[in-house]
Amino acid sequence: MLNTLLPILLFAALTLAVIGAAKRFFMWRRGRPAKVDWIGGLLKMPRRYLVDLHHVVERDKYMSKTHVATAGGFVLAAVLAIVVHGFGLHNRILGFALLAATVLMFTGALFVAKRRLNPPSRLSKGPWMRLPKSLLMFAASFFIATLPVAGILPPDFGGWVLAIILAVGVAWGVSELFLGMTWGGPMKHAFAGALHLAWHRRAERFGGGRSTGLKALDLNDPKAPLGVEKPTDFTWNQLLGFDACVQCGKCEAMCPAFAAGQPLNPKKLIQDMVIGLAGGNDANFAGSPYPGKPLGEHSGGPHQPIVDLNGKALVDAETLWSCTTCRACVEECPMMIEHVDAIVDMRRHLTLEKGSTPNKGAEVLENLIATDNPGGFNPGGRLNWAADLNLPLLADKGETDVLFWVGDGAFDMRNQRTLRAFVTILKAADVDFAVLGLEERDSGDVARRLGDEATFQHLARRNIATLTKYRFKRIVSCDPHSFHVLKNEYGALGGNYQVLHHSTFIEELVRKGSLNLGQSKAASVTYHDPCYLGRYNGEYEAPRAVLKAIGIEVKEMERSGFRSRCCGGGGGAPITDIPGKQRIPDMRMVDIKETGAELVAVGCPQCTAMLEGVVAPRPEIKDIAELVAEVLIEATEVAAKRPAAKRELAEVQ
Amino acid sequence: MTDLNIVALVSVGAHPTSARPRRAEQDARAVELGLRLAGQNLQLLHAGDPQAEALRGYLGMGLEQLDVLEQPEGADALPLLVDYLQGSRTQLVLTGSQAETGEGSGMLPFLLAERLGWPMVVGLAEVEKVENGVAQVLQALPRGQRRRLKVRLPCVASVDNAAPVARQSAFGPARRGQIEAHEVTVVDDTLLAEASLQPAKPRPKRLKVIKAKTGAERMKAATAKASGGGGQILKDVSPQEGAEAIFKLLIEEGVLR
Repeated sequence: MLNTLLPILLFAALTLAVIGAAKRFFMWRRGRPAKVDWIGGLLKMPRRYLVDLHHVVERDKYMSKTHVATAGGFVLAAVLAIVVHGFGLHNRILGFALLAATVLMFTGALFVAKRRLNPPSRLSKGPWMRLPKSLLMFAASFFIATLPVAGILPPDFGGWVLAIILAVGVAWGVSELFLGMTWGGPMKHAFAGALHLAWHRRAERFGGGRSTGLKALDLNDPKAPLGVEKPTDFTWNQLLGFDACVQCGKCEAMCPAFAAGQPLNPKKLIQDMVIGLAGGNDANFAGSPYPGKPLGEHSGGPHQPIVDLNGKALVDAETLWSCTTCRACVEECPMMIEHVDAIVDMRRHLTLEKGSTPNKGAEVLENLIATDNPGGFNPGGRLNWAADLNLPLLADKGETDVLFWVGDGAFDMRNQRTLRAFVTILKAADVDFAVLGLEERDSGDVARRLGDEATFQHLARRNIATLTKYRFKRIVSCDPHSFHVLKNEYGALGGNYQVLHHSTFIEELVRKGSLNLGQSKAASVTYHDPCYLGRYNGEYEAPRAVLKAIGIEVKEMERSGFRSRCCGGGGGAPITDIPGKQRIPDMRMVDIKETGAELVAVGCPQCTAMLEGVVAPRPEIKDIAELVAEVLIEATEVAAKRPAAKRELAEVQ
Repeated sequence: MTDLNIVALVSVGAHPTSARPRRAEQDARAVELGLRLAGQNLQLLHAGDPQAEALRGYLGMGLEQLDVLEQPEGADALPLLVDYLQGSRTQLVLTGSQAETGEGSGMLPFLLAERLGWPMVVGLAEVEKVENGVAQVLQALPRGQRRRLKVRLPCVASVDNAAPVARQSAFGPARRGQIEAHEVTVVDDTLLAEASLQPAKPRPKRLKVIKAKTGAERMKAATAKASGGGGQILKDVSPQEGAEAIFKLLIEEGVLR
């Protein structure tokens, strides 16, 4: 009896799963076209899954082992079950193999069940609580049903009673594991996830690569949408990516905005996009809501606007503006979903079409358009900070080894100390360098992250036009944001440069022995990794090496390196200033204080500003350039020369 | 929102520190006020070069069209605007108080109202309601004070920094918006051609002498109405007497000699 029932069950489930898969596929294809390598992507998928994705999952050893056993066991068991029970190939060896696979899967599923006993808040509940039971049921049913095939039990063992029980078990198992994959159950992550890996919009990320620059909008085509208004404005493989979410909540656990009580939860955002893709409301979402926003009030559909500025749609605008673009979610995501891209895409629509950048956003963008700096300062004052430093201008030299990209920190009195320290180092190491001076403009970082792609491209194109006039080997910047944009985002507009962060450059100088350094007196020091240097560009080592070279042993924070917590200053978040329960820099300062450090070394003007904004008593904040300049042996000579230069200037005026 | 026929006069502005062309601050506020009153029915009107990119800044506030009376630099905008507005069914003309480029004399709204024979409201802050061709408006006075006025329509109203801040100008609508150029007979500005321009000097500030001894007095001084002190209220006098009183004051103040 089982021999007739099982093939019917298996093939019925498979057929329905294929229909569901087709339905889902056409749902994704409602998105805008995207160029993908259809066949090549599919061929590379197993490697991406087994290597790249596994690397991310491996950070949580318990889960990676559990997943290998469960998923590996399931895939084997499913294939063998189709052969053995579906096609009736009752071979003893195959039977034993199937038994082994189900045992493996059952063991894994036990650990899945164990973690679900007292699940952390980041995990989604609801249907996900049912999944371990379904896995156990699938494995157990096929185990028992296969025993006769392996010859361990007689073929008609148990009679029709056991047959019916097994049939029910198998039906439950295949419903969850075959049907659920394509009809929207928890197992959907396996189907959508595999295809997401195959047709990922940033294929460069696989094989140890890095792809963090935002993708440019085509502003020359007046018909192309300016950002994303409704779910179908995403590219289709972005929609596919959202569907791959396994709701593990690793992003939620890392998101600084969520921890600060701002109305953002990256996991919920991705699930909202899935709701938008399929249509419906968020009442059945089984995870943590956006802080302060109850479930069940928001709904949407593929062709409905995601944000309604005068009411409620799928997502509220302030959710999108809470993001600091720190990329902690993307770094954590075992499915390699691109949260930040999606958020900036939706911001683009709000800024470029609706003109609704909140709080100081509009003012900052207007300043960038009118004065090339976000503060609205007179562009003629861009080099005032270096009035007494006699900096070589690239316009005079025409050619240089190192182009020092000053950045908008030039207008900020705190950051000017860092810049001056770095100039001291450059001079001490006798580096052939020059600055653009008044020819430099804002890199466009903040405009782009506020969604104003037009202003970004305008600034970028003018900067590129300036840079094309001159010859230089490398660009060095003290600002990780300028560094990232110049390095990773100007390329699409025709500007390809070799760009270094000043910490990398100083490390190189130290290694070459160009700097005569003493030992720092700073007693206990910790180091805060800037997001745009670390997660965006993978530079964790150089700043630490520099600190080590001046005799500083870094007391690492619990969240450092790729897990560093954002200072709250990225993505225009201080400008849009969405209220939460606490401030992100305050939380970061708690992290810093936990190490017992009296000084925190930083490498970013934004981090400096945000951390110095925390009320005292708190550890001192110093840029790496300042720490190095302090222990320069030549420092005394330079200091002796300085007053003379100043007097000269005073006489001129 | 009412179905008034509103025209906002817009000009090309200049940023105060970089001097780059932009939408003029006060004109943008006039557009904002107009948008709140009439929404998409607001008409934007500019006299000058239809190619000026800065004009798109106004379209970016969410309007589909901007009409330009095409004229070269240095031509007189006034007769064109008078002609255009006389022939239209405009009920309310909104402008900024003073242009950021060109002459920037701040005279245009006054001259326009004079030529059209319409009333003129300075410092419009809000239009409360419009009934039977009469608008009830709030006029901004110094120190945050407001005066409620009833004005017969059609009228000209200028806005200053007391009017609501202009909304953000968005790239999409700015790019899509249509700039409609109208050919008109250009009138040369003979005064501008003959007169010589000289840089304006900042008006000297009156010294502020604080005599107050207590906090309450300081508060009173800070919130008191700006007043010359020697004012005089004339009530129930004949037009003849009123005119004589004004004439006398103008001679005393040295305006007329």
